[in-house]
Amino acid sequence: MNITDREFSATRRLVLKGAGVAALIGLGVLPLDVPQALAAANDKYPEEAFKQKNEADAIKALYGGRTAEPSDQVKMDAPEIAENGAVVPVSAITTLTGVTSISFLVSENPVALVASYRIPDGTLPSVSNRIKMAKTSNLTVIVEAGGKLYSATKEVKVTVGGCGG
Amino acid sequence: MILRLAIHAASAAVAFGLLAFAPAAHAADSVDPVADANAFKKFFTDKFPKVTLKDFVNGPYSMSEDLHRQWEEKEEFPPYEFALEAGKEMFAKPFKNGKSYADCFPNKGIGIRQNYPYFDEKEGKVITLELALNRCREANGEAPFSYVKDEMAALTAYMAYTSRGKPMDIKIPNDPRALEAYQKGKEYFYTRRGQLNFSCATCHVQSPGERIRAEVLAPALGILNAMPIYRSEWSGMGTTSRRFTTCNSQIRGVPLNPQDDEYRNLEYYLSYVSNGLPISGPGARP
Amino acid sequence: MASTIRVRATSNGETTEVQVLIQHPMDTGYVKDAKGEIIPPHYIQQLTFEHGGKAVFIADWGSGVSKDPYVKFAFKNGKKGDDLKIAWIDNKGATDATTAKIQ
Repeated sequence: MNITDREFSATRRLVLKGAGVAALIGLGVLPLDVPQALAAANDKYPEEAFKQKNEADAIKALYGGRTAEPSDQVKMDAPEIAENGAVVPVSAITTLTGVTSISFLVSENPVALVASYRIPDGTLPSVSNRIKMAKTSNLTVIVEAGGKLYSATKEVKVTVGGCGG
Repeated sequence: MILRLAIHAASAAVAFGLLAFAPAAHAADSVDPVADANAFKKFFTDKFPKVTLKDFVNGPYSMSEDLHRQWEEKEEFPPYEFALEAGKEMFAKPFKNGKSYADCFPNKGIGIRQNYPYFDEKEGKVITLELALNRCREANGEAPFSYVKDEMAALTAYMAYTSRGKPMDIKIPNDPRALEAYQKGKEYFYTRRGQLNFSCATCHVQSPGERIRAEVLAPALGILNAMPIYRSEWSGMGTTSRRFTTCNSQIRGVPLNPQDDEYRNLEYYLSYVSNGLPISGPGARP
Repeated sequence: MASTIRVRATSNGETTEVQVLIQHPMDTGYVKDAKGEIIPPHYIQQLTFEHGGKAVFIADWGSGVSKDPYVKFAFKNGKKGDDLKIAWIDNKGATDATTAKIQ
C-alpha cells in the first residue's frame, strides 16, 4: 500500500494537457482563448517579488520603495487557529477607495509573498482565497489605494498532522 | 501470529468483562445491536447537548465554531469537487465488455450508499461498498482499484453524493453469523492496540471535540456517513479503508490490509450504530 | 477533455460574484516525494478574468497558494448570459482556459 504517493491521475492529465497546448503552439495552431485572455491582462507577472524570502524584500520588489501604513480600513478574515496549514481560508476587504491591488504575505513562509491581486476599475476591493502557511506566523494584507499602501496584520496559529478528522 | 491471536482473545475477554458492568449495556450477555445503537447515540447527545443528532456527521466541524466557519468557507467550492466529477464520469463509462457499474448494484447504484455495508447470507460475510465495487470490476474482467484513494475515492464519492441526506440504514439479518460479525466489529472498536495502546473508542468516543496534539477529534457517531473525505492533511481524497489503516498507523499499530474481515466487521458495527443519521459524503476534513 | 477550471459566476443585477476552483498541484519545491526526492516547484503564476474585452481581475500567484487553488471576487456591470473568460499559466508554461456564462 502506497498512501504517501501523492500523484493522482488528474495530475497526469494536467501535464499531458500542458504538453498538448505547447504542441499546438509549435505547429502554429494557436488555441484562441489562452493568449487572448492573457494578453488582455497586459500586465507582467512580478517574478522578482515572488523570489524574495522575507516580507520586507518582497514588498520592496512588488511596490518599490513605498511602505505600508497600518489601517483599520483594511479588514482581514482569517482563522485564529488554522485547521491545517496546507489550506487556510483567508479573505480581505477594504472600505478604502481607488483600490488597485490587494496582496497577501506570510512572514514565516519560505517565500513571503503568497498572492497579489490586481483590482481594475469596476471590481470590488474584496478577495477570498486559500493559502499555505508553513507554521504559526503573521499574515499581512496590503491594499494599494490611490498610489498609497495600507496594511492589516494578524497572527494565525498553525498546527500540522495527527489524528483529527 | 498465535501470540497476537492470544493477546487479541485476552483483550476481547477483558472488554467483555467491562461491558458486563457498564450500565448502558444491559444486554451484555446477549448481543443486542438495537440497545447498542440507542446507547451509542444517547452517549453522544448527552455529551454534546448542543449538537443536533444529524450534525454529528460533520465530524470535528460539529465540535468547534472556528473550525465550522473555516469549513463553511471551504464548502462554497469544496475541494472534493474534482473527485466527485471524476467519479461520475467513471461510473457512467462502460467496461470493456460493455457492462457498467450500474449493472452490479440495486437501483443502478444510485442513492444506495446508506445500505452499505450489508451482510451477505450466502457468503456469510460483510460486504462493503468498496469491496462490492472492486468485485464488480473483477467480475467484468477489469483490474481492481487500490482501496485507499484516487479512483476508489472518486467512485464512492459519487455514490455517496447521489445518496446525500438518506438515513444510514444498515440491516442485521436474522442469521447468527451476522450478529457475530457485528459483535466482532464492536470488539475491534473497543480493543486497545498499538504502541500508544489506544482503541478506536479512546479517541472517537471518549475524546471527540478535544484536541490530540493540535487537531480536533471527530465523534465516532456518524463518522462513516461522511466518507469518502478530502483531508487537507492528505491533500487529497481517502476512503473508509484509508481512514481505518491510517488510524491504526497513527496509534503506532500495524494496519491490517484494506477489506480484511476485521475492518469489514468494524465498518458494519460503526455504520449500524449510526443508523438514522444522514449520508453526508463526500466530506472535507482538516 | 475535462477543463481544469470550475467556475461559478452569478449576477444579482448590480454585481457579479465569481468563484473559481482550479485543479493544479501547486507544488512549492520544498516537499519530498515517497522516494525522498524533491518534487520540483510547479504552480500557477497568473490567472486572468476577462469580461467584455476587459480584464476584471488578475491574480499573481506564488507557490504559497493552496493545492487546487480557489479564489472569489466580485465586479460590477456583469449581466446574466455574458461571457467570462478565464485563463491561467503556470511556471512550466502549461496553460488552460475556459469561457463561462454568467448565471
